[in-house]
Amino acid sequence: MNTLFDKIWDAHVVQHVEGGPDQLYIDRLYCHEVTSPQAFDGLRARGLRCLRPERIFCMPDHNTPTEGQDRPIQDPVSRKQVDALAANAAEFGLVHYGMNGPDNGIIHVVGPEKGLSLPGMTIVCGDSHTSTHGAVGAVAFGIGTSEVEMVLASQCILQQKPRSMRIRIDGSLGKGVNAKEMALFLMSRLTTSGATGYFVEYAGSAVRALSMEGRLTLCNLSIEMGARGGFIAPDETTFAYLKGRPHAPKGADWERAVEAWRKLRSEDDAVFDREVVYDAAEIPPMITYGTNPGMGTAVDGHVPTLDDIPSEGQASFCKALRYMDFQPGDLLLGKPVDYVFLGACTNGRIEDFRAFARLVQGRRKAPGVVAWLVPGSQEVRRQIVAEGLDRVLAEAGFEVRQPGCSACLAMNPDKVPAGKYCVSTSNRNFEGRQGPGSRTLLASPLTAAAAAVSGVITDPRDLL
Amino acid sequence: MKQRFDIIESTCVPLPLENVDTDQIIPARFLKATTRDERFFGDNLFRDWRYRPDGTPVEGFVLNDPRYGGEILVAGRNFGSGSSREHAAWAIAGYGFKVVISSFFADIHKNNKLNNFVLPVVVTPDFLEELFASIEADPATKVRVDVPNQTVTNLATGRRESFELNAYKKYCLMNALDDIDYLLLQRGRIEAYENR
Repeated sequence: MNTLFDKIWDAHVVQHVEGGPDQLYIDRLYCHEVTSPQAFDGLRARGLRCLRPERIFCMPDHNTPTEGQDRPIQDPVSRKQVDALAANAAEFGLVHYGMNGPDNGIIHVVGPEKGLSLPGMTIVCGDSHTSTHGAVGAVAFGIGTSEVEMVLASQCILQQKPRSMRIRIDGSLGKGVNAKEMALFLMSRLTTSGATGYFVEYAGSAVRALSMEGRLTLCNLSIEMGARGGFIAPDETTFAYLKGRPHAPKGADWERAVEAWRKLRSEDDAVFDREVVYDAAEIPPMITYGTNPGMGTAVDGHVPTLDDIPSEGQASFCKALRYMDFQPGDLLLGKPVDYVFLGACTNGRIEDFRAFARLVQGRRKAPGVVAWLVPGSQEVRRQIVAEGLDRVLAEAGFEVRQPGCSACLAMNPDKVPAGKYCVSTSNRNFEGRQGPGSRTLLASPLTAAAAAVSGVITDPRDLL
Repeated sequence: MKQRFDIIESTCVPLPLENVDTDQIIPARFLKATTRDERFFGDNLFRDWRYRPDGTPVEGFVLNDPRYGGEILVAGRNFGSGSSREHAAWAIAGYGFKVVISSFFADIHKNNKLNNFVLPVVVTPDFLEELFASIEADPATKVRVDVPNQTVTNLATGRRESFELNAYKKYCLMNALDDIDYLLLQRGRIEAYENR
């Protein structure tokens, strides 16, 4: 009981239910428009109010279009869902950051950026990428709508405590390699179910060396290894990032908070249920070729052959290659690309835009490539303009859109057409994820930028 | 839908694919509904595997195959990975499945099923393989899931295994109670926690 996960979890246990799960107290609940309406309906049906409305923050992100946000949403079904969140927030007395307002954005970008997500907290949202908030040293995980209703009603959920796992990555990352590659590499090694049942602590010198943006990307993708969540113990990088954020503690409260947060670390003799260690130098720029995020390889690598796949996985592997229209053993470099997407809760932060801009500066978008560059929040968009990145991008033929989940999941107008290939900085390459029949290749902002200027899958190291 | 679980004996629908993610179980475009209409979600279960874009059924897909039916879905390893969308559990429940058998489930989806009175039954890989073979040999193969005794039996071969279900959830399933019913009774404990 001496891992950081144990410390945070155990400090939030209201009671151990006999023969069952823990009743866990939740410090922060985020609600978006897709997974909350039925939970609010549930409250109404039972005649309940929110127990602790001040702990709950709402914002639409999945359905919001990434242009023309000053006008009503055209799709009536999307509009209804976004309007329902605003109405529910008003009815139940919750803070709501509406579309096109100065505070709006993707929930997993806005939470850390506003200092709403803090070290040592328990944080939940009806969204599997809630693991993102683990980057500040919180226990953060995705839940279902029934569980959203539980938290709205009682500020608690019933949850079996996951086992703990530590992933250490030591050493230095190579040129053109960043947090996204770390995650894609881990998934390719551990598979999409390799961490199921576990809560992951990321550690090691390569993780410590990551910026907060990098840490948010790494923790974001924990769920794609099957983990309930993933986090990084808070340190000076965390404190420097959080200091002065609107909802972070101020003055003497800040000093006291940092003092307490410094104790949030696994003890030297901490025992994890599972531990894996990797060398950062082993990690190349990565890209996926299949229809789950674990189907990844080096960008200059090949699609595996059937001999590389265990027999029980071969049916799924063949189905994936048919969907992608790839052959076993194909070289990925040089394959044509139709769409490029920079954004999502995975890679929609300022550093991602800096990386993309750095690579495309002085080059031009390839003709025929459709590129969607979508900041994760209004704040990120303001920062892009303040740093002049919008001009660099415009000179290279790219336009910066308005914030939202965009082409990550085809719930708004940004959809990749059937059969088209999209190099995407998002988190999932499932069949139809970016639109029915769409073909997704997950990669980092640098690899996406390299594809955007060349029109084919390209090793970003050749352009740096 | 809240219902009491006891003993379920049924034929099965086999889906012998691994890593079936919740985007396949219910594609994102069906997540725009603001009500919990299980019938709607059930009608769109596995939508893009089950129907062509023009709405005509894909003949080869198991839900369109008249040989298979029943209240039990049997799926390959790592069922329900990816998105946390509870709509996937609503779709499975809405279609009429009460039990899903696999050798491994993704965590969030497993919780979502339990919260919607769909029982995830984890069996060994050998049991699963044998069950797929039984169903392939005879689509009328039945499985018996005994919730009180926590056993699952392939009635074609007689092979039986125990499955995990914690005492609390078992009580909920057998008495048609959900977690919110329970949590609402815990107000005193919650306030004591907040004040400590």
